[in-house]
Amino acid sequence: MSTFLIRRFLWLIPVLFVVATITFFLMHAAPGGPWDRDTTARQVDAKTQKLLSEYYGLDKPILMQFTSYVFGGKNSKGQFVCGAVCGNLGISYRMKGLTIQHYLFAPPEDKPFWYSKFGYSLRLGVYALLFAIVVGIPAGIIAALKQNTWIDYLSLFIVTIGISVPNFVIALLLILIFASGLGWVSIVPNSWDQVDVWILPAVVLGFGTMARTARMTRASMLEVVRQDYVRTARSKGLAERVVVIRHMIKNALIPVVTILGPALAGLVTGSFIIESIFGFPGMGRAYVTAIGQRDYSMIMGTTLVYALLVALANLSVDIMYGFLDPRIRLTD
Amino acid sequence: MADLLNVQGLETQFRTREGIVHAVNGVSFSLKEGETLGIVGESGCGKSVTVMSMLRLIPMPPGKVTAGTAMYQGKDLLKMSNEEMRQVRGAQIAMIFQDPMTSFNPVLTIGRQVAEPLETHMGMSRKQAYARVAEMLSLVGIPNAKERLNDYPHQFSGGMRQRVMIAMALTCNPQILIADEPTTALDVTIQAQIVDLVKRLRDELGMAIIWITHDLGIVAGLAERVNVMYAGYVIETAQVKPLYANPQHPYTIGLLGSLPRVDQRERRRLISIEGLPPVLYQKPTLCPFAPRCVYKVERCMQENPPLMQVGPDHFAACWVDTATGRMRA
Repeated sequence: MSTFLIRRFLWLIPVLFVVATITFFLMHAAPGGPWDRDTTARQVDAKTQKLLSEYYGLDKPILMQFTSYVFGGKNSKGQFVCGAVCGNLGISYRMKGLTIQHYLFAPPEDKPFWYSKFGYSLRLGVYALLFAIVVGIPAGIIAALKQNTWIDYLSLFIVTIGISVPNFVIALLLILIFASGLGWVSIVPNSWDQVDVWILPAVVLGFGTMARTARMTRASMLEVVRQDYVRTARSKGLAERVVVIRHMIKNALIPVVTILGPALAGLVTGSFIIESIFGFPGMGRAYVTAIGQRDYSMIMGTTLVYALLVALANLSVDIMYGFLDPRIRLTD
Repeated sequence: MADLLNVQGLETQFRTREGIVHAVNGVSFSLKEGETLGIVGESGCGKSVTVMSMLRLIPMPPGKVTAGTAMYQGKDLLKMSNEEMRQVRGAQIAMIFQDPMTSFNPVLTIGRQVAEPLETHMGMSRKQAYARVAEMLSLVGIPNAKERLNDYPHQFSGGMRQRVMIAMALTCNPQILIADEPTTALDVTIQAQIVDLVKRLRDELGMAIIWITHDLGIVAGLAERVNVMYAGYVIETAQVKPLYANPQHPYTIGLLGSLPRVDQRERRRLISIEGLPPVLYQKPTLCPFAPRCVYKVERCMQENPPLMQVGPDHFAACWVDTATGRMRA
């Protein structure tokens, strides 16, 4: 088990390196730059542009820019600054004087970590995932046990909506119904310490994942219901409740776990749209605006954070597999 | 001796896309205390469905038991409440299945699974149940039974798993053990071990056995009485010796002819029965075996023969007396 973990952690290094390489060169291949080179269109004049480029190292050859971002290099003052390998994700071109890691991970003063941009997104992502699990898995189980009844069809209807309707449409619908119409929750928070303002963003963000989870759980349960060992369990005279809970559910959830890991990573990085609609102070927004602004270090930083999250989520799925399914033994 | 189990006119149907499949058609038989009954037939002839219908283990829908009674201790298994049925399953009538690979839950330990009937029916605590499970596993010949309680099914070989399955079925001392092709998925040497094990346990514990198989050789050494099934009908039933010495139904004759025998001097070709058993979408108006039968006469195509007495305690469903070629009725 520990050898397995060490090996898997070491694998993160080449994965992240490849992600960094591809992102870096794609990003530089895209036309345009952080300050537009077309001097007629923008106010930044040629001289300022040159100074800025020197300050941020953009005047250097592209390979050197890459190595100094990833491994480290000399800054404009000639001092050595360690790169992404030390956790330094670079200086933002837009947030003056702020490093990316500070922008994403540092909470406001006197606040704990989860008040940082990443912390907000992490909390929202976890709530959304909890919603997806708590609603999706039981819905899938019940739909499978009541196959071809109105309960099954109702859940199939909701699942189809969840998978096919974009979440910003669902967001607007839910806002109309539950905030403007019924007034059950507020959507313009005085502070994100209020509990009710989290409900709609979490539900909307988790809705698609909930639908996929329910669909997968249902399919997986229907598979398990036909298994020989379920018949064996019944032949022993076990109560139906015991057959379902002890013999079916654990087996049925093994494939469902596979989608939940990457789903959490996706939910934490959040959705730019959901964060915009609800004015949410998370990192999803930073991720997308950085692309439009060609804020190179912000693009690299958020991408690497995202890649690390996906990799860790997949790793945790593999570890959970070992606990759920005794046939899988985690060795090298 | 009194009948322990008496099944009369059992009929089971499955609703499928192609129509209603008549899987079991008026099967009747009885089982005495301590008796071993063999049910023999090709795949898909309704052997398993017959016993599964009795224990109400067929998936409903699409399956449905449409007629018949199965009297056990003065009560009809087919009309019991679900709760009563559960108290019979595993405690009084237990079952072992064909494929020991898929019949265990892969994510629960062996100890956990074998202990379940004890906890359910005997109200034992986990600890008491595990102690008894260890005893049972030693009884069926699992070495180091105590240490293996926390192992998972995949850590056992096929033969060992089938032994565990037998232990699991017998934990509550059932009166009837139903074995649904328990040796089919095993290789021949293991088959013999399992059959010997069941014989030994039968002599020690005295339960009655219904042994389903397509292997006439196994039944010959194990059962006292044999039902031969074809297309959901019992087509011949007799004590083992008369059945093997003097088979009456052409199908039984064909089955026995397809077996190699070590007691015959001269070499002979093994006979095979041409064709496949039918899937019945309607109740047949002809003998269901007639299309494959070498003895068939005109009447076979017009009327399905009922079971007729052909000897002392020997019944066959055939219009033709296969020994003489004369008509029976």
